[in-house]
Amino acid sequence: MREVAVVSFAQSRHVRRDTRNEVEILMPVVHEVVERSGIERPFDFTCSGSTDFLQGQPFAFVMALDAAGAWPPISESHVEMDGAWALYEAWVKIQTGQADHALVYSFGKSSPGDLPEVLSRQLDPYVLAPLWPDAVSLAALQARAWLEASGHSERELAEVAVRSRQSAKANPNALLSGDLEVAKLLAEPYLAAPLRRHDCPPICDGAAALVLAAGDVARRVSRRPVWIRGIDHRVEAHSLGARNLAESPSTRLAGERAGVGRGRVDVAELHAPFTHQEWILREALGLEAGVDVNPSGGALCANPMMAAGLIRIGEAARRIAEGTARRAVAHATSGPCLQQNLVCVLEGE
Amino acid sequence: MSEPEETKPVKSIKAPMRLEYQYTAGQATSRYLRGIGQGRILGQRCPSCRKVYVPPRGSCPRCAVATTEEVQLSDKGTVTTFAIVRVPSENISVPLPFASVHILLDGADIPFFSVVQGCPLEQVRIGMRVRAEWVPREDLAPTATSIRWFVPIDEPDVPFEKLEAAL
Repeated sequence: MREVAVVSFAQSRHVRRDTRNEVEILMPVVHEVVERSGIERPFDFTCSGSTDFLQGQPFAFVMALDAAGAWPPISESHVEMDGAWALYEAWVKIQTGQADHALVYSFGKSSPGDLPEVLSRQLDPYVLAPLWPDAVSLAALQARAWLEASGHSERELAEVAVRSRQSAKANPNALLSGDLEVAKLLAEPYLAAPLRRHDCPPICDGAAALVLAAGDVARRVSRRPVWIRGIDHRVEAHSLGARNLAESPSTRLAGERAGVGRGRVDVAELHAPFTHQEWILREALGLEAGVDVNPSGGALCANPMMAAGLIRIGEAARRIAEGTARRAVAHATSGPCLQQNLVCVLEGE
Repeated sequence: MSEPEETKPVKSIKAPMRLEYQYTAGQATSRYLRGIGQGRILGQRCPSCRKVYVPPRGSCPRCAVATTEEVQLSDKGTVTTFAIVRVPSENISVPLPFASVHILLDGADIPFFSVVQGCPLEQVRIGMRVRAEWVPREDLAPTATSIRWFVPIDEPDVPFEKLEAAL
């Protein structure tokens, strides 16, 4: 295996509605990440993650390339998934020896559409999508299943929201932050019982970018390369009824393969857009009580679709680069109710 | 004999799908569209390679930098390539047949898509000089259809060599 490191990371300030186009949102982020990487363009490989369904604009994913610069023609690929999977493809490309460094970026502009409805289009097109189940309602099915299976209450869900918003006070890029009170939250009406507004992520527009480099290149350009010690992703059945929604076996397996349990975890950035999903993920990854979970505030405070998973990896890497953590776990999810999950273990030198 | 109901294949389902979006054009394209609404064509110049893009998207795809300098362009230009369209489409209001064209506006570095009217189709040619025909002043709006089409003007053709770089 080749050693691969995260050498730089950047993200936009996430907002509820960004009236810029995808290139205007992405370009400052890409410029920042490239400058910080110390690597000169062109990169050996460029990979992006996004979906045009969000903004309702065909080929936005192609136009977005203008932000990265694709002339003269570059070696480039795109995944219709969160940018964390674009990072995985770039990691594989570096493993094959075809690239020594790679630019990874993702963007999501959800504000033009009705996001919970748009997300229903990823469901089975014959028997489920025609019923238009929205993303919040599906998450609520999972939340109910988890509450029943675990014996926990809605209070424990609200506690996740309170802690996340508090942590986000130190994150200038987060959309939501502040001091909430559990009792007040529990007095709020349900959006889709048992989920209330604070249990759900804010809809927002944003982007993120990250640069990977292999062993020697990473050491040459970076004073503190953050090594990807393990990375794995697993997927569960497409049919929600075929899964036990109260657990995340795909996260458990990906975590085992990525080697989460091989050492002490200081920080975990978990891509849990809904409060109950943080509980499910913690359990699947076997995280102990002392682990600092989502010090960025997580997806509950800023959830730019298609970028929020990549941001988890970037946030975790940033803490290692800054020296506030030695070993971190980053997780990304894709699909309804934690259908597909990627786990990445990061360490400093 | 017809197939019994219980073994008949289900050959189709009805699953109508409609998603509505509140599209935002972005900053550069919004400025362009507002210009069109005032009868002006605005492009943007790349600070690095100096190329002028129209309609602008706020970036230079070659240099991967933001284009910030606004340039007002002439509504006159030169045909760089064309096609004669004879296939009807319910979304096109121009009478058939017509010439769809790429026009290099004076001062721009990339051609611009439109339609040529006002001359026999066999006269449409690469190098031909044309001018925008706008909708009446009171109907101008920030939309691409504020330019109805382009019409020929009485100016000498531009030689092919001068257009090659912008094909």
